[in-house]
Amino acid sequence: MDSKGSACSNPNPNPTFGPSKLMLAFRFLRALSIVHRTTPASSPTCRGRRIERAAYASMAYSAGTSRAWSRAVLRRLHHRARRRAVAPRRLSTTAGNRAEALRRLVPGGAGMDYCTLLEETADYTKCLSMQVELMQGIVDSASSNGR
Amino acid sequence: MSSRRSRISEEEITELISKLQSLLPETRSRGASRASAAKVLKETCNYIKSLHREVDDLSDRLSELMATMDVDSAQAEIVRSLFRS
Repeated sequence: MDSKGSACSNPNPNPTFGPSKLMLAFRFLRALSIVHRTTPASSPTCRGRRIERAAYASMAYSAGTSRAWSRAVLRRLHHRARRRAVAPRRLSTTAGNRAEALRRLVPGGAGMDYCTLLEETADYTKCLSMQVELMQGIVDSASSNGR
Repeated sequence: MSSRRSRISEEEITELISKLQSLLPETRSRGASRASAAKVLKETCNYIKSLHREVDDLSDRLSELMATMDVDSAQAEIVRSLFRS
């Protein structure tokens, strides 16, 4: 995806995510089914949190292990007891403090060099917005059908 | 410890920043001209935070809806609509 010059001359408002969008949907919907079956109806809050975890898990599995952020998400999910193991902060590169906030937001961001951080951020942001779009679509669909 | 293990050029950083900018919702709708790296990073942080909040909210809404919706047929419906879009 070349973004030389104007970044917005792309006629397609949503950059094509192609088959990965479908894969994300399948994964997430399957996870939703499981949550539905395994969480008692009496604990909607617990179910909400499980759905949220399913959202991040689907995102991470869909992104695969080639991404540092997805590996970090999966580690976090698999070691829920070890809350926020903050890695010792390595020296930031030329960007200094500007990137600090970003490092805290992007999973696995703490130990990355600046260039990697920017790449990972782009990928993470794309996946996150896809996930949100998907969830919104499900909510809309479920609300209108009201089954 | 060298902070530059690979030779990363200014240009590459600028391109990455530009790519980040193109992901921001404001940029997509208004076609903004190139903003400073600092601004892009700040806006990206805000965007990610808002996306996290949306996942949180949507998870709660899905939880509520789950009580009433038929998850399996919703599945078929959603997949169909994805194929269409």
